[in-house]
Amino acid sequence: MGESAQPAAGATPAAPLLEVDGVTLQYKTKEHLITATYRVGFQVYAADRFVLLGPSGCGKSTLLKGVAGYLKPVEGQMRLKGREITEPGPDRVMVFQEFDQLLPWKTVKQNITFALMNGGRCTNRREADEIAVEYIRKVKLDRFEDTYPHMLSGGMKQRVAIARGMAMEPDILLMDEPFAALDALTRRQMQDELLALWEDTHFTVLFVTHSIEEACIVGSRILVLSPHPGQVKAELNAHHLEHHNVGDEDFAQLQRKIHDMLFADRILEEEASPHG
Amino acid sequence: MAERAPAIHVRPEFEAHEIRAGSVSDVTRELSLLERVIDLDPIRKLTILVAMIAAWELYTRFGGVSEYILPRFSSTGEALARAVWSDGLLTMVWNSMTVLIGGYVIGLAIATVLTTLAVATRFGSDLLGTLTAMLNPLPAIALLPMAMLWFGLGADAIMFTLLHSVVWPVALNTHTGFMGVSDTQRMVGRNYGLRGITYVVKILIPAAFPSILTGMKIGWAYAWRTLIAAELVFGGSVVDTEGTQSGGLGWFIFANQMDLQIPYVFAGLFTVILVGVVVENLVFRNIEQRTVARWGMQS
Repeated sequence: MGESAQPAAGATPAAPLLEVDGVTLQYKTKEHLITATYRVGFQVYAADRFVLLGPSGCGKSTLLKGVAGYLKPVEGQMRLKGREITEPGPDRVMVFQEFDQLLPWKTVKQNITFALMNGGRCTNRREADEIAVEYIRKVKLDRFEDTYPHMLSGGMKQRVAIARGMAMEPDILLMDEPFAALDALTRRQMQDELLALWEDTHFTVLFVTHSIEEACIVGSRILVLSPHPGQVKAELNAHHLEHHNVGDEDFAQLQRKIHDMLFADRILEEEASPHG
Repeated sequence: MAERAPAIHVRPEFEAHEIRAGSVSDVTRELSLLERVIDLDPIRKLTILVAMIAAWELYTRFGGVSEYILPRFSSTGEALARAVWSDGLLTMVWNSMTVLIGGYVIGLAIATVLTTLAVATRFGSDLLGTLTAMLNPLPAIALLPMAMLWFGLGADAIMFTLLHSVVWPVALNTHTGFMGVSDTQRMVGRNYGLRGITYVVKILIPAAFPSILTGMKIGWAYAWRTLIAAELVFGGSVVDTEGTQSGGLGWFIFANQMDLQIPYVFAGLFTVILVGVVVENLVFRNIEQRTVARWGMQS
């Protein structure tokens, strides 16, 4: 990964890596057409740990799927490195919440080499193998290279998925509540590991969560979204906060600020709809 | 009310400073030989089999049953050995198998085409849904009389009924399997830029493999039954017109029943079971062990 591409702290990179510009996303269920986000805009710069935060129904996951290219906006535009996003591609690798994102018929290593070979990063088996081994070591799963996913715990599966995503060296790594299905202790550990991996190469990540605490710990910048439909409420800085800050006044203040934003919303909502 | 509720009994805290290992004799213990033997599936099933054979032999030997109604196990075994050595039973099995394998392979091909169509277009999906709903409950052997009118008395008619017994279960299960592939796995595949035929081959087929394999197993079992039944219906009238050993296993059973060679009839029935068990255990079990069981995808 390009160590030289790391921007110096504080300097503004020339252009944003990802631009989301007045994007409205809709999807259909059996009975409804749902507007998930309404004219949402934000910019992600290289090395950002950009978090999309909001209660359920704010369209944060839908937004991520839009960036991944699974969903076309009905309004607005999304550009990665200046090119419009029209379809899924290996330059934006997605890490899902679901454990079945690993292909069960492939071992840990094969899951990564499969991604590398088919995603077009490698043309040669040996090279793919080497990269896979390197990233498996990074997520500390050396002993499980040849294990099939069903033998792994939930946390280990997510680690493989993260290793797979990073191994492909996408322009941006998209993470859709990757730790939400884990137990609290494992989740904490995974957040630390993710930050440690980020320290290594400063990859760009777009991270979706509904946990305020997770957003403050993992994120360097937080986009707060309001629900039904998702609209931008605020964009906040959290680059100075990590796990060891959890007890600090700064941390508590930011957490309270976000909490108030989201909570104020809920009160309004309850007033608006008696069934709420 | 407040008086009845128990108060919290506050106790002093403590921390264990040293955790002693070895206070439990063994954290993990190897199972004893007997425990392991009893855990072996084949051993338990073999025991049941031996018991049933013993009961059969004893009943026929001392129960005063006529050899024409129920032959002894020993005479059935003897007949089986003789049929293999001198009556060319193996050739007949082979004759049956060649027809069966031919029909099976063609059936799989047709099912593949139908499922591909069903995955690709809504019309194909409706077509497959309607056809399977209609034709899957129809036992293939019921088509044999018409097949004989359409294709004449011969291998073609048998082949037609075989196809009917293979195509629907395979197509139905494969289609269900494709429909059941999780959205996450579909998105993962598309994330790598896979599409079209490579997407089907590299993502959909392996992800749906448990269902596909189930379909193939059901298809095989149906085909095997249908074939034996068809050969029984044809009997000696067609298949063996040359009077040589060109008939199949069904014909062997039919002919021996006509000759009142009851131990041979039983030997034939045994062979039908044996072939079924061997294919199930050697072929399909093996595929299962190497694929879905290994991947933890067994449904």
